[in-house]
Amino acid sequence: MDDQQTMDQVLDPQGPPPAPTEKIPTVIVDDVHIVYKVYGAGAGKGSATSALSRIVKRKASPALTEVHAVRGISFTAYKGEAIGLIGSNGSGKSTTLAAIAGLLPTAEGSIYTDGQPSLLGVNAALMNDLTGERNVVLGCLAMGMSYAEVREKYQDIVDFSGINEKGDFISLPMRTYSSGMGARLRFAISAARSHDVLLIDEALSTGDAAFRKRSEDRIRELRKEAGTVFLVSHSNSAIREVCNRTIWLEHGVIRADGPTEDVVKEYEAWTSKR
Amino acid sequence: MSTVYEQRAASLADPDAGLTPAQLAAKYGLTVSGRRPTLIGYTRQLWARRHFIAAYATAKLTVQYTSSKLGQIWQILTPLLNAAVYFLIFGVILGTSRGIPNFIPYLCTGIFIFNFTQQAVLSGTRSVADNLGLIRALHFPRAALPLTVTLNQLQQLLVSMGVLGVIVLVSGVPLTAHWLLMVPVLLLQAVFNAGLAMFMGRIGAKTTDMAQLMPFLIRTWMYMSGVFWSVATVSEKLPHWASTVLEANPALIYIELMRYALIDTVPASSLPHHVWPMAVAWALIAGLGGYVFFWKAEQEYGRG
Repeated sequence: MDDQQTMDQVLDPQGPPPAPTEKIPTVIVDDVHIVYKVYGAGAGKGSATSALSRIVKRKASPALTEVHAVRGISFTAYKGEAIGLIGSNGSGKSTTLAAIAGLLPTAEGSIYTDGQPSLLGVNAALMNDLTGERNVVLGCLAMGMSYAEVREKYQDIVDFSGINEKGDFISLPMRTYSSGMGARLRFAISAARSHDVLLIDEALSTGDAAFRKRSEDRIRELRKEAGTVFLVSHSNSAIREVCNRTIWLEHGVIRADGPTEDVVKEYEAWTSKR
Repeated sequence: MSTVYEQRAASLADPDAGLTPAQLAAKYGLTVSGRRPTLIGYTRQLWARRHFIAAYATAKLTVQYTSSKLGQIWQILTPLLNAAVYFLIFGVILGTSRGIPNFIPYLCTGIFIFNFTQQAVLSGTRSVADNLGLIRALHFPRAALPLTVTLNQLQQLLVSMGVLGVIVLVSGVPLTAHWLLMVPVLLLQAVFNAGLAMFMGRIGAKTTDMAQLMPFLIRTWMYMSGVFWSVATVSEKLPHWASTVLEANPALIYIELMRYALIDTVPASSLPHHVWPMAVAWALIAGLGGYVFFWKAEQEYGRG
């Protein structure tokens, strides 16, 4: 059985498999700057009269703030790599991920990708008042699967989420789930599809220890199918488990880019000094 | 430090070492992510998501009344109560029913058909803004969102039409072969509404104030559309240009056609001129125009 074989390789406890020797680029980020425009933040009285007087005086809203989140980063990702993005809060990790997915425009520079990178996240399509069962179907359709694919994957998703381990929860509305159960089902649905380039933002912080282990295994499996996986996480152990390469972002610039072990060590030394 | 990886790459005698990022991208066929597809490609993507559109609309319908005790019974109660309120005001108190036979079916048809357009436009305006989470997480043709709300409203209208059928029969109007005309009328109106929902979806995505303004515009439109009174009797007293404008109103056209289909005392002579060509033209103009208009801003939804 091929599946069994891949599973064995994936479950290999020796950490992430090495990068492949043949180098085929899947994502090229070329000197990218990203600037957010934020409305409604910052100074200015939020009252109706002050808004009206602004319109009368034809002044621009003072509440418009520009945030220069990413300031000129460049790197190339290759097939078979799992790249961790680390850095302190607000360093531009999630912004970078959204830009690679094509969901945020770049102010300068370009991002070239192989096919359409997908963010691992289907949460917004799910509805709390629907049963878990119907949410699995809805989530899969939202990710672009056909009904035939949904039927094929359905049982795997339910088994992987472990929702039915404590009784028949899948036929209950999702609002009756505990937060951990909901998160597990959401991750299981998101991870059901294989992608060319997969982007994961903090997905591993949910669920209990057993589920976290299963998620990490699943991500390594996805990486085999996918080609390239990006993982944003504040958990250095998750990064060490899954990624063979790590990029450290700080204030929107790359501070380090290299093999996970070197970069994470340097990052840990830096954080402990602060 | 950022060059460590690149140095290692170069030391492996990489044949791509001398290329600029753009050249490298071209060599391996990489494309800029998040670019708008062609109109045909877009239509193909949308067709591939048809199951999602249907499932999402049905799911919204299912969860709509889950928090109330009577649940799905509200699907039937809401149009009935609507009809009762308007009957009280316009039929009993204001007496606009004078000269209109079968006023209750006449009024209910007007209300239900206009309500379909009204709800499609209102929820279409909010369809992009309300689903930012979905837009920022998943890739799919965004036109699926206004189409979902239109389909959702069509499903609700079908329930209302069942109620309407009962009201019409109870009032003593006979069931005739004319009722078959309901199908083309509903289809044309649905296409018209979908186009309008897409049009307003783009406007509402950029100008979030539209969601506040729309109820007033829609209410004005409703009073112009002969929901509570017969346009035919009013337009006789108006100058020719004014009655032409009044009778070209698409909402009026779909309402009048539905009344003609359902109620035997509404004669063909009372319909606006060229009513069927107008119904088709409005559906095509709004449907295609709204679709192209929405597609033009495809890559901008959910950004900024």
